[in-house]
Amino acid sequence: MTTSASPTIPGRTAEPAPAEQTHEHRRFRLRRPSPWHLVLIPISFILLFPFYMMVVTSLQTEAQTRRFPPLLTPPTPQWSNYATALHAAPFVRFMVNSAVVALIIVVGNLVLCSIAGYAFARLRFAGRGLVFGLLMATLMVPFQVTMIPEFLIVKWLGVHVWDQLGIDHLGALVLPTLATAFGIFFLRQFFLTVPVELEEAARMDGTSRLGVLFKIVLPLSLPALSTVAAITFLDAWNSFLWPLIVINTESHMTLPLGLTTFQGSHDTHWELLMAGNVFSLVPMLLVFLIAQRYFVRSVAATGLKG
Amino acid sequence: MAEVEYRKITKRYPNGVMALKEFDLTAADGEFVVLVGPSGCGKSTALRLLAGLDRPSSGEIYIGGSPVTKHGPGERDIAMVFQNYALYPHMSVYKNLAYGLRQRKTPRAEIQRRVHEVSDILGIAELLDRRPAQLSGGQRQRVAMGRALVREPQAFLLDEPLSNLDAKLRGQVRAELKRLHQRLGITSIYVTHDQVEAMTLADRICVMNRGELQQVGTPQEVYEHPANVFVAGFIGSPAMNLVPATVTDGQVRVAGHPVARAPDGHTDVVVGLRPEDLVVQPDGRSGIPVTVDFHEPLGSHVLVHSVLGDASVPVVGEPAGIVVQAGADVRPAPGQRLALAAEPRHVYLFDASTGAALTRDGRAQVIAS
Repeated sequence: MTTSASPTIPGRTAEPAPAEQTHEHRRFRLRRPSPWHLVLIPISFILLFPFYMMVVTSLQTEAQTRRFPPLLTPPTPQWSNYATALHAAPFVRFMVNSAVVALIIVVGNLVLCSIAGYAFARLRFAGRGLVFGLLMATLMVPFQVTMIPEFLIVKWLGVHVWDQLGIDHLGALVLPTLATAFGIFFLRQFFLTVPVELEEAARMDGTSRLGVLFKIVLPLSLPALSTVAAITFLDAWNSFLWPLIVINTESHMTLPLGLTTFQGSHDTHWELLMAGNVFSLVPMLLVFLIAQRYFVRSVAATGLKG
Repeated sequence: MAEVEYRKITKRYPNGVMALKEFDLTAADGEFVVLVGPSGCGKSTALRLLAGLDRPSSGEIYIGGSPVTKHGPGERDIAMVFQNYALYPHMSVYKNLAYGLRQRKTPRAEIQRRVHEVSDILGIAELLDRRPAQLSGGQRQRVAMGRALVREPQAFLLDEPLSNLDAKLRGQVRAELKRLHQRLGITSIYVTHDQVEAMTLADRICVMNRGELQQVGTPQEVYEHPANVFVAGFIGSPAMNLVPATVTDGQVRVAGHPVARAPDGHTDVVVGLRPEDLVVQPDGRSGIPVTVDFHEPLGSHVLVHSVLGDASVPVVGEPAGIVVQAGADVRPAPGQRLALAAEPRHVYLFDASTGAALTRDGRAQVIAS
């Protein structure tokens, strides 16, 4: 290839480099107001309001939380509520439990759903369509229907297989969602879009089926993997009903369950509950911010909801 | 490098489509064999079966004399260039080239040596740090070639490797491919639907249609002695004119004009005339009567498109189009009547019902083997 210096044309400024140009263009587009903003800005205020109230309530005194109409600004921020909340319950323990459970579930989903999703996407085996259909059907069964059988299974496993998987152990929180139908489905759909020639080329280069998955397909599926990681993390972190059923001991509780300590049958310490909520929200916010780029894009691209 | 052999390979897909029927072909060590045919003729299936990406329904494939039908694609020691190149998008050019060697646990120093050797041959040495997305179409094509070459495989499979390039680049790369094969002499199986690529590159051409082998031979053999109507119409550019004919008084006549001696025992024949073999007769000389439709000047020559027959001569069947490659100074007006002639040795005769070539005038016919 040859490159030649183009002659300078009088009265014309040099064109900016392409990269600069697109960057400039993007910034311009972001700044330009659109009529949609008239709709979107009020909606985002409505959506942010509960979060705002959570923070405001967490900074009030107990008496102020009971006022009606509620105060929209804390008269004097009670920062001590956060310290009180931290000491009122073993928050660090809850946080560690939540983190351990969520991380194991995320890793389990990434590994197991990748393998299963790849099998459904690329391997031909008898009954593939049927098995996949059944798997998809489970997405339509609400958790409330399966929680009692799941409870019995976990209980049995704890008694007969390994006590760490049984009732009142963290294993019971992890096992049922270690691989999810959603994750398998989502990754399968993405794997189907990876050009099959890449996989064929790798196989001719002497890569095994599993090697093709790990060396070729997964590196090309980072957006989908990030999405699955974020969704499963948020689900695991927020999970409340299942931990409520299987965990009794305070030292094995996850954050959402631990927060109920502030909700007594007679009185609720709203300011402490909200302070605890702020604590539990921070990791989710971080995960969302990190994965946001992929998350928003792939959910939009697939038309899927988490 | 090795000999590659298909023995009675049949491939029927689960949906019942017969992609390949009793396919027999041997590519000698170092030979460049081109599989050519229209889309759906089974040529890509044949290549995929050799690559091990599909399994035949029956038959055996041999590479270097040993059966490999049950071997996976990684165990056959053959490399393939894909139509869309299939470069790994997340790896640099260097890693793309080195990938196959690393999979085979080649020592690092050896990988480096081979990658640099191949990238020098292909002129992609400056691109080694780039990603495939940063390359032009031609550069990607070279990297894809390099990835196959670097493995020093037993055989080299190419699946329409030029079809994603623009016309100018295609000609260039075609020439490079030819030079590369002359230099390295790797057994190559090349699939294309483009008969020009087939003619220019092949040691032997293998013309296929509907899963069946039509003819195998050198480009010259296939061009000069097409085994049947399909091969005759497929090989050659512009395509051979295939026109209806009548047999009377021991003569084969096109639009009433005798063109060849009738073959024994055949009354229903099709006449094949290559555009380049037809000559426009000077005024007053008799020939096959045609009426000019339009002409295409191409600088060195003119392609005259015409319709068989004229007002005075009844034509059997539908009026057929005839293309004539005429001298650069020929400029016939639309509607003008011309008389065309061809030397008897350039007249091809085919059986109208079977399409098979009919032997005449002592010319040997190469029939599908």
